Amino acid sequence: MAITSPASPRRSGRRHPLATAALLIVGLLATGGAYALATSTATAETTAHTAEMVEEGGKLFAANCASCHGILADGTAAGPSLIGVGALAVDFQVGTGRMPMAASGPQAEVKPVQFSQEQIDAMGAWVAELAPGPAIPAERYFAGDGDVANGAELFRINCAMCHNVAGAGGALTEGKYAPGLANIDPIHVYGAMVTGPQNMPVFSDMNLTPEEKNDVISYLRYIDENPSVGGFDLGSLGPVSEGLFIWIFGLGGLVAVTVWLTAKSN
Amino acid sequence: MSTTTTAPSAGTATQAAPSTGMRFTGWAANYIDERTSASTAVKTLGRKIFPDHWSFMLGEVALYSFIVILISGTFLTFFFDPSMTEVEYSGSYVPLQGIPMSVAYHTALDISFEIRGGLLMRQVHHWAALLFVASVALHMLRVFFTGAFRKPRELNWVIGFLLFVMAMALGFTGYSLPDDMLSGNGLRIIDGMIKGIPVVGAWISYLFFGDEFPGTQIIQRLYILHIMLLPAITIALIGVHMLLLIVNKHTQFAAPGRTNDNVVGAPVMPTFAAKAGGFFFIVFGFIVLIASLFTINPIWNYGPYDPSPVSAGTQPDWYIGWADGALRLMPPNLDWVIFGYTLPMGVLIPTVVMLVFLALIAVYPFLEAWVTGDKREHHIAERPRNAPVRTGIGAAAVVFYCGLWAAASSDLIATHFRVTLEGVIHTLQFITVVGPFIAYWITKRVCLALQRKDREMALHGFETGRIVRLPGGEYIEVHEQLDDYERWKLVAHDEYQPLMIRPDDNGRITVRQRVRAGLSRWFFEDRVAPVTQREIEAQKH
Repeated sequence: MAITSPASPRRSGRRHPLATAALLIVGLLATGGAYALATSTATAETTAHTAEMVEEGGKLFAANCASCHGILADGTAAGPSLIGVGALAVDFQVGTGRMPMAASGPQAEVKPVQFSQEQIDAMGAWVAELAPGPAIPAERYFAGDGDVANGAELFRINCAMCHNVAGAGGALTEGKYAPGLANIDPIHVYGAMVTGPQNMPVFSDMNLTPEEKNDVISYLRYIDENPSVGGFDLGSLGPVSEGLFIWIFGLGGLVAVTVWLTAKSN
Repeated sequence: MSTTTTAPSAGTATQAAPSTGMRFTGWAANYIDERTSASTAVKTLGRKIFPDHWSFMLGEVALYSFIVILISGTFLTFFFDPSMTEVEYSGSYVPLQGIPMSVAYHTALDISFEIRGGLLMRQVHHWAALLFVASVALHMLRVFFTGAFRKPRELNWVIGFLLFVMAMALGFTGYSLPDDMLSGNGLRIIDGMIKGIPVVGAWISYLFFGDEFPGTQIIQRLYILHIMLLPAITIALIGVHMLLLIVNKHTQFAAPGRTNDNVVGAPVMPTFAAKAGGFFFIVFGFIVLIASLFTINPIWNYGPYDPSPVSAGTQPDWYIGWADGALRLMPPNLDWVIFGYTLPMGVLIPTVVMLVFLALIAVYPFLEAWVTGDKREHHIAERPRNAPVRTGIGAAAVVFYCGLWAAASSDLIATHFRVTLEGVIHTLQFITVVGPFIAYWITKRVCLALQRKDREMALHGFETGRIVRLPGGEYIEVHEQLDDYERWKLVAHDEYQPLMIRPDDNGRITVRQRVRAGLSRWFFEDRVAPVTQREIEAQKH
């Protein structure tokens, strides 16, 4: 602060010639420091990769992924480069069964997972070796023990426009869609927020801090653990399923009653 | 002689000992009648005859669900506070604790979570509202397709139409009240439609909301509309609707003994009243059953209204869906910019189209009466096939409405049937614009074909499926004649013919005349002549 306030009584009203530069340095230091702090909180406690894992991962990659992503993982016409995507992206894509893709389509579908967690971790280690990228965070960032109310509010503001307020999912353009979020492994929710798979935007730590991400995960966990209080939720799809229900079962049922009541009259 | 002597003695025996209850009833009835002349009304009303057909009970479903709405709504008013003052949520729903929200949303949540039986009542109210509008719509379709709006019931059709509009207005103001995110988004769309009106739009919006959207007034204003003005109008209209129903008598389907000049059915007292009363409880019980098993509008999911977030799958309740769909189906980039002012055609065109559609529904009976030149009274409900053009028009309107309606769920159709959103929109645009013409044509053809089938049946009987080989080797299928009761239903309808163009007193043929004759030709050019008595006689010999 001493550097940034050099104004002496005799030169009052005028800035020191170096004031601007000094302010810039302080600003940069502060931002950089904060950024380093913020990123280090998410990446500090990551699982160590052994050379063994990396080697195993390289073999798995060459056998299962290289045909689309290239033998050096630098991408081909069929698949994007994986340099710098990090182990977390691998964990999300392979851990949810989205990768390897069964067929080209508007987006990769969730399907039964093809690899064991060790194999996924190995591939993640190999991809992480290529270039630094988002790593698997410490468990406390996706433990789901955060502030549910804050998570719900963050969810409404950041997620609900695609995934629906109750996490029922929603449509995107050209056959793409935001999937439903019921009963998703918390690490995959975390991974999706950090790596922004497919059409999803990246929610960096500057946007949602790791604690806030945990809050969002806590809200999703709350929905999973507390089923609808008002009875069957009809898919949590809102007025459309309610309207269909009242026409088909409500009015349909009552029309059946009217037919029954007047059946013997003729 | 012996019988005449015993009869009075039996009479005196019964008169001798009326029970206390009977004496009290007689005295009370007499007391009231001497002061109100109620016996005249009871006699008239009690002897009123209502014909029996399942489709005649749809209006009853509407009436009974409206009563359920009144009862459950009254309960809700005890606990709901429509204030938009900001408070912090302190109720028992964890994901909202500590979140700032309006008092309206807070009390709506309290009804759901803190008030005993409150959630059930909320769900009864909302499900009953959906059922009310749905049954009104189905009732309208029944009246339309059976031609029950014809003279002398045109005015009652208009009142029924107003009730349909009231039902939509009640529904919209109702689901806007909880001030959750979904209802706020709905209001935002209405605000956008109001602001889209050229010149006066912004003024009307500010008047309505009392400020820039959303302001701090709107929930209270909607509340007054929802619990006072609109229900009062609706109840008054229902009163007139029922009165005209009694004055005009109920229509019936043609059958032996059921003619244009009588009504065959059960009298109000006691049969119909007992049946209707029972049916009321069936409807009430059915609604409560649905409300206790299925959740509706889980407002706690949506969170308090905040103008920035919009959830995926945000839709209005079903009866406003067609308006939402109309907005979704409009192609983009149609706005006109005049002297720096933008006319948002993407909003204006759907608004105008919907208003015209509603106006056509309202005036249809008068249009048809003018085109057909039919000034007779009609108390026989027509079978839809016997009015092919009207049935075709109805089918076209249904397809048009359903196209718009489906468009409101375009995103859910896309995700659930795994098709592209763009594909859904383009398909529904086609269905809404071209579909009505296709539906009209197909329906009209089907109606004419069914008429031909009826004619065939009336004249030659029905196919028995019994194949007989004649001595000459020829195979024939034996037809069996219908009995007179069955045949009556097939032959009891009028024949219409296109109107002739006639010159007026000055010997001129006006444009009006030509238009009318043209429309009349459109209605009745393609027709199947009803079976005449002579044809039936000729067939018998």
